Amino acid sequence: MWSLANPTIFLALTRRVTPWLAGLTIVLMAVGLWMAFAAPPDYQQGETVKIMYIHVPAAWLSTFIYGVMTLASLGTLVWRHPLADAAQKAAAPLGAGFTFVCLVTGSLWGKPMWGTYWVWDARLTSVLVLFILYLGLIALWRSIDEPARAARAAAIVTLVGAVDLPIIKFSVDWWNTLHQPASVFRAGGPTIAPELLWPLLILAVAFTLLFLNLHLLAIRNEILRRRLARLTMIAAAEGDSFGARLSPRTAHP
Amino acid sequence: MSAIPHLGFIIAAYALTALVVFGMIAAIWTDHRRLNRALAALDEARAGRGSAGDS
Repeated sequence: MWSLANPTIFLALTRRVTPWLAGLTIVLMAVGLWMAFAAPPDYQQGETVKIMYIHVPAAWLSTFIYGVMTLASLGTLVWRHPLADAAQKAAAPLGAGFTFVCLVTGSLWGKPMWGTYWVWDARLTSVLVLFILYLGLIALWRSIDEPARAARAAAIVTLVGAVDLPIIKFSVDWWNTLHQPASVFRAGGPTIAPELLWPLLILAVAFTLLFLNLHLLAIRNEILRRRLARLTMIAAAEGDSFGARLSPRTAHP
Repeated sequence: MSAIPHLGFIIAAYALTALVVFGMIAAIWTDHRRLNRALAALDEARAGRGSAGDS
Protein backbone atom coordinates (compact mmCIF):
# COMPACT_ATOMS: atom_id res chain seq x y z
CA MET A 1 0.00 0.00 0.00
CA TRP A 2 2.73 2.45 1.00
CA SER A 3 4.61 1.63 -2.19
CA LEU A 4 1.82 3.44 -4.07
CA ALA A 5 3.16 6.60 -2.43
CA ASN A 6 5.97 6.45 -4.96
CA PRO A 7 4.85 8.89 -7.71
CA THR A 8 6.33 6.76 -10.51
CA ILE A 9 4.45 3.67 -9.33
CA PHE A 10 1.30 5.75 -8.84
CA LEU A 11 1.53 7.14 -12.40
CA ALA A 12 1.98 3.65 -13.85
CA LEU A 13 -0.96 2.33 -11.83
CA THR A 14 -3.16 5.26 -12.87
CA ARG A 15 -2.33 4.65 -16.53
CA ARG A 16 -3.41 1.03 -16.16
CA VAL A 17 -6.48 1.45 -13.93
CA THR A 18 -8.26 4.58 -15.23
CA PRO A 19 -9.40 3.22 -18.64
CA TRP A 20 -11.12 0.25 -16.92
CA LEU A 21 -12.58 2.52 -14.27
CA ALA A 22 -13.87 4.89 -16.97
CA GLY A 23 -15.47 2.00 -18.86
CA LEU A 24 -17.17 0.67 -15.74
CA THR A 25 -18.38 4.18 -14.85
CA ILE A 26 -19.92 4.70 -18.31
CA VAL A 27 -21.68 1.29 -18.21
CA LEU A 28 -23.07 1.85 -14.69
CA MET A 29 -24.08 5.43 -15.50
CA ALA A 30 -25.95 4.26 -18.64
CA VAL A 31 -27.68 1.38 -16.81
CA GLY A 32 -28.55 3.61 -13.82
CA LEU A 33 -29.98 6.39 -16.02
CA TRP A 34 -31.96 3.92 -18.12
CA MET A 35 -33.43 2.34 -14.95
CA ALA A 36 -34.11 5.79 -13.47
CA PHE A 37 -36.10 6.92 -16.52
CA ALA A 38 -37.91 3.58 -16.73
CA ALA A 39 -38.84 3.71 -13.02
CA PRO A 40 -42.42 4.62 -12.14
CA PRO A 41 -43.20 8.13 -10.89
CA ASP A 42 -43.44 8.75 -7.16
CA TYR A 43 -47.03 8.62 -5.87
CA GLN A 44 -46.70 12.13 -4.37
CA GLN A 45 -43.98 13.86 -6.38
CA GLY A 46 -44.75 12.42 -9.80
CA GLU A 47 -41.92 12.62 -12.36
CA THR A 48 -40.15 15.32 -10.35
CA VAL A 49 -38.61 12.46 -8.35
CA LYS A 50 -36.28 11.97 -11.36
CA ILE A 51 -34.18 14.81 -9.91
CA MET A 52 -33.46 12.55 -6.91
CA TYR A 53 -31.29 10.26 -9.08
CA ILE A 54 -28.69 12.99 -9.56
CA HIS A 55 -29.28 15.11 -6.45
CA VAL A 56 -28.76 12.30 -3.93
CA PRO A 57 -25.53 10.82 -5.45
CA ALA A 58 -24.13 14.38 -5.71
CA ALA A 59 -25.08 15.00 -2.06
CA TRP A 60 -23.43 11.74 -0.94
CA LEU A 61 -20.30 12.61 -2.93
CA SER A 62 -20.13 16.13 -1.49
CA THR A 63 -19.58 14.71 2.00
CA PHE A 64 -17.64 11.61 0.86
CA ILE A 65 -15.07 13.78 -0.95
CA TYR A 66 -14.64 15.95 2.13
CA GLY A 67 -14.09 12.73 4.11
CA VAL A 68 -11.38 11.73 1.62
CA MET A 69 -9.79 15.17 2.04
CA THR A 70 -9.93 14.82 5.83
CA LEU A 71 -8.07 11.49 5.65
CA ALA A 72 -5.56 13.02 3.23
CA SER A 73 -5.05 15.91 5.65
CA LEU A 74 -4.23 13.43 8.40
CA GLY A 75 -1.81 11.85 5.94
CA THR A 76 -0.17 15.24 5.42
CA LEU A 77 0.04 16.28 9.08
CA VAL A 78 0.61 12.94 10.85
CA TRP A 79 2.31 10.58 8.42
CA ARG A 80 3.70 13.15 5.94
CA HIS A 81 2.60 10.83 3.16
CA PRO A 82 4.18 12.02 -0.13
CA LEU A 83 0.92 11.89 -2.09
CA ALA A 84 -1.47 12.95 0.69
CA ASP A 85 -1.36 16.68 -0.01
CA ALA A 86 -1.61 16.05 -3.77
CA ALA A 87 -4.72 13.94 -3.10
CA GLN A 88 -6.18 16.67 -0.86
CA LYS A 89 -5.50 19.44 -3.38
CA ALA A 90 -6.83 17.40 -6.32
CA ALA A 91 -10.07 16.52 -4.52
CA ALA A 92 -11.13 20.07 -3.58
CA PRO A 93 -12.35 21.25 -7.04
CA LEU A 94 -14.18 17.94 -7.53
CA GLY A 95 -15.83 18.33 -4.13
CA ALA A 96 -16.84 21.89 -5.02
CA GLY A 97 -18.28 20.68 -8.35
CA PHE A 98 -20.41 17.90 -6.85
CA THR A 99 -21.55 20.12 -3.96
CA PHE A 100 -22.59 22.78 -6.49
CA VAL A 101 -24.59 20.11 -8.37
CA CYS A 102 -26.17 19.02 -5.07
CA LEU A 103 -27.18 22.59 -4.15
CA VAL A 104 -28.57 23.57 -7.56
CA THR A 105 -30.43 20.31 -8.25
CA GLY A 106 -31.81 20.53 -4.69
CA SER A 107 -33.10 24.03 -5.45
CA LEU A 108 -34.61 22.85 -8.74
CA TRP A 109 -36.30 19.99 -6.87
CA GLY A 110 -37.37 22.25 -4.01
CA LYS A 111 -39.20 24.85 -6.08
CA PRO A 112 -41.95 22.52 -7.42
CA MET A 113 -42.10 20.43 -4.20
CA TRP A 114 -41.69 23.01 -1.43
CA GLY A 115 -42.71 26.11 -3.36
CA THR A 116 -39.31 27.75 -2.88
CA TYR A 117 -35.80 27.44 -4.30
CA TRP A 118 -34.13 28.02 -0.95
CA VAL A 119 -34.74 28.11 2.78
CA TRP A 120 -32.13 28.84 5.43
CA ASP A 121 -32.73 25.58 7.26
CA ALA A 122 -30.02 23.45 8.89
CA ARG A 123 -29.45 20.94 6.05
CA LEU A 124 -29.30 23.45 3.21
CA THR A 125 -27.20 25.94 5.17
CA SER A 126 -24.69 23.32 6.36
CA VAL A 127 -24.23 22.09 2.75
CA LEU A 128 -23.75 25.70 1.61
CA VAL A 129 -21.07 26.03 4.33
CA LEU A 130 -19.41 22.89 2.89
CA PHE A 131 -19.40 24.48 -0.59
CA ILE A 132 -17.81 27.65 0.82
CA LEU A 133 -15.22 25.47 2.61
CA TYR A 134 -14.30 23.85 -0.71
CA LEU A 135 -13.94 27.26 -2.38
CA GLY A 136 -11.87 28.53 0.55
CA LEU A 137 -9.53 25.55 0.32
CA ILE A 138 -9.07 26.04 -3.44
CA ALA A 139 -8.28 29.72 -2.79
CA LEU A 140 -5.87 28.78 0.02
CA TRP A 141 -3.93 26.40 -2.25
CA ARG A 142 -3.68 29.10 -4.90
CA SER A 143 -2.64 31.88 -2.52
CA ILE A 144 0.42 30.17 -0.96
CA ASP A 145 3.34 29.62 -3.34
CA GLU A 146 5.32 27.11 -1.28
CA PRO A 147 3.55 23.70 -1.66
CA ALA A 148 4.58 22.34 1.76
CA ARG A 149 3.24 25.42 3.59
CA ALA A 150 0.06 25.42 1.51
CA ALA A 151 -0.44 21.71 2.25
CA ARG A 152 -0.11 22.19 6.02
CA ALA A 153 -2.44 25.21 6.06
CA ALA A 154 -5.02 23.44 3.87
CA ALA A 155 -4.80 20.30 6.02
CA ILE A 156 -5.50 22.27 9.21
CA VAL A 157 -8.44 24.12 7.64
CA THR A 158 -9.80 20.82 6.27
CA LEU A 159 -9.63 19.15 9.68
CA VAL A 160 -11.38 22.10 11.36
CA GLY A 161 -14.02 22.13 8.61
CA ALA A 162 -14.68 18.41 9.10
CA VAL A 163 -16.94 19.38 12.00
CA ASP A 164 -19.49 20.30 9.30
CA LEU A 165 -19.84 16.63 8.19
CA PRO A 166 -21.78 15.34 11.24
CA ILE A 167 -23.79 18.58 11.24
CA ILE A 168 -24.85 17.88 7.63
CA LYS A 169 -25.63 14.23 8.38
CA PHE A 170 -27.65 14.80 11.56
CA SER A 171 -29.10 18.26 10.77
CA VAL A 172 -32.39 16.68 9.70
CA ASP A 173 -32.63 14.86 13.07
CA TRP A 174 -31.35 17.61 15.37
CA TRP A 175 -33.41 20.47 13.94
CA ASN A 176 -36.84 20.90 12.46
CA THR A 177 -36.05 21.31 8.76
CA LEU A 178 -37.92 21.42 5.48
CA HIS A 179 -35.53 18.77 4.10
CA GLN A 180 -36.70 15.20 4.47
CA PRO A 181 -34.86 12.87 6.92
CA ALA A 182 -32.63 9.99 5.75
CA SER A 183 -34.59 7.53 3.64
CA VAL A 184 -31.91 5.10 2.40
CA PHE A 185 -29.26 4.56 5.10
CA ARG A 186 -31.40 4.49 8.24
CA ALA A 187 -32.23 2.15 11.08
CA GLY A 188 -35.12 -0.01 9.97
CA GLY A 189 -34.07 -0.05 6.31
CA PRO A 190 -34.82 2.18 3.32
CA THR A 191 -38.24 3.78 2.99
CA ILE A 192 -38.00 4.01 -0.82
CA ALA A 193 -39.73 1.47 -3.08
CA PRO A 194 -37.24 -0.99 -4.68
CA GLU A 195 -38.12 0.22 -8.21
CA LEU A 196 -36.83 3.66 -7.26
CA LEU A 197 -34.09 2.50 -4.87
CA TRP A 198 -32.13 0.29 -7.31
CA PRO A 199 -31.46 2.95 -9.96
CA LEU A 200 -30.54 5.34 -7.15
CA LEU A 201 -27.98 2.90 -5.70
CA ILE A 202 -26.53 2.09 -9.15
CA LEU A 203 -26.15 5.80 -9.96
CA ALA A 204 -24.58 6.40 -6.54
CA VAL A 205 -21.93 3.74 -7.35
CA ALA A 206 -21.47 5.24 -10.85
CA PHE A 207 -20.97 8.76 -9.43
CA THR A 208 -18.49 7.39 -6.87
CA LEU A 209 -16.49 5.61 -9.60
CA LEU A 210 -16.60 8.81 -11.66
CA PHE A 211 -15.12 10.71 -8.73
CA LEU A 212 -12.43 8.04 -8.13
CA ASN A 213 -11.45 8.18 -11.80
CA LEU A 214 -11.31 11.98 -11.91
CA HIS A 215 -9.45 12.07 -8.60
CA LEU A 216 -6.76 9.66 -9.84
CA LEU A 217 -6.34 11.75 -13.02
CA ALA A 218 -6.20 15.00 -11.04
CA ILE A 219 -3.57 13.55 -8.67
CA ARG A 220 -1.58 12.48 -11.74
CA ASN A 221 -1.75 16.09 -12.98
CA GLU A 222 -0.57 17.31 -9.60
CA ILE A 223 2.46 14.99 -9.73
CA LEU A 224 3.29 16.24 -13.24
CA ARG A 225 2.86 19.87 -12.08
CA ARG A 226 5.34 19.32 -9.26
CA ARG A 227 7.76 17.60 -11.61
CA LEU A 228 7.46 20.57 -13.97
CA ALA A 229 8.01 23.07 -11.14
CA ARG A 230 11.07 21.13 -9.93
CA LEU A 231 12.59 20.87 -13.42
CA THR A 232 11.85 24.55 -14.10
CA MET A 233 13.70 25.51 -10.90
CA ILE A 234 16.65 23.32 -11.87
CA ALA A 235 16.68 24.85 -15.34
CA ALA A 236 16.53 28.35 -13.85
CA ALA A 237 19.35 27.52 -11.45
CA GLU A 238 21.45 26.29 -14.36
CA GLY A 239 20.84 29.60 -16.13
CA ASP A 240 18.42 28.20 -18.64
CA SER A 241 16.21 30.97 -19.96
CA PHE A 242 13.46 28.42 -20.58
CA GLY A 243 12.44 28.55 -16.92
CA ALA A 244 11.64 32.23 -17.26
CA ARG A 245 9.59 31.63 -20.41
CA LEU A 246 7.29 29.05 -18.78
CA SER A 247 3.83 30.18 -17.87
CA PRO A 248 3.74 30.68 -14.07
CA ARG A 249 0.16 29.36 -14.07
CA THR A 250 1.23 26.03 -15.55
CA ALA A 251 3.86 25.43 -12.93
CA HIS A 252 1.95 26.99 -10.01
CA PRO A 253 -1.81 27.09 -10.61
CA MET B 1 -48.16 23.00 -21.84
CA SER B 2 -45.94 20.00 -21.12
CA ALA B 3 -47.51 16.59 -20.51
CA ILE B 4 -45.08 16.02 -17.63
CA PRO B 5 -45.50 18.56 -14.82
CA HIS B 6 -42.31 20.44 -13.90
CA LEU B 7 -40.46 19.00 -16.91
CA GLY B 8 -38.39 22.18 -17.16
CA PHE B 9 -37.00 21.65 -13.63
CA ILE B 10 -36.04 18.04 -14.45
CA ILE B 11 -34.32 19.03 -17.72
CA ALA B 12 -32.51 21.94 -16.03
CA ALA B 13 -31.24 19.65 -13.23
CA TYR B 14 -29.87 17.02 -15.65
CA ALA B 15 -28.41 19.66 -18.01
CA LEU B 16 -26.64 21.42 -15.15
CA THR B 17 -25.23 18.11 -13.85
CA ALA B 18 -23.97 17.15 -17.33
CA LEU B 19 -22.41 20.61 -17.74
CA VAL B 20 -20.54 20.43 -14.42
CA VAL B 21 -19.39 16.79 -14.91
CA PHE B 22 -18.16 17.39 -18.47
CA GLY B 23 -16.62 20.68 -17.32
CA MET B 24 -14.60 18.85 -14.64
CA ILE B 25 -13.52 16.18 -17.16
CA ALA B 26 -12.50 18.88 -19.69
CA ALA B 27 -10.61 20.87 -17.05
CA ILE B 28 -8.57 17.81 -15.99
CA TRP B 29 -7.94 16.77 -19.60
CA THR B 30 -6.77 20.25 -20.74
CA ASP B 31 -4.62 20.62 -17.62
CA HIS B 32 -2.95 17.27 -18.45
CA ARG B 33 -2.30 18.32 -22.05
CA ARG B 34 -0.86 21.68 -20.93
CA LEU B 35 1.42 20.01 -18.39
CA ASN B 36 2.62 17.38 -20.89
CA ARG B 37 3.33 20.08 -23.48
CA ALA B 38 5.26 22.18 -20.95
CA LEU B 39 7.29 19.13 -19.79
CA ALA B 40 8.05 18.17 -23.40
CA ALA B 41 9.10 21.75 -24.23
CA LEU B 42 11.32 21.83 -21.15
CA ASP B 43 12.94 18.53 -22.13
CA GLU B 44 13.45 19.82 -25.67
CA ALA B 45 15.02 23.07 -24.42
CA ARG B 46 17.34 21.17 -22.08
CA ALA B 47 18.29 18.70 -24.82
CA GLY B 48 18.94 21.58 -27.24
CA ARG B 49 21.09 23.33 -24.68
CA GLY B 50 22.99 20.10 -24.04
CA SER B 51 23.73 19.53 -27.73
CA ALA B 52 24.71 23.21 -28.15
CA GLY B 53 27.12 22.76 -25.24
CA ASP B 54 28.60 19.64 -26.88
CA SER B 55 29.39 21.43 -30.15
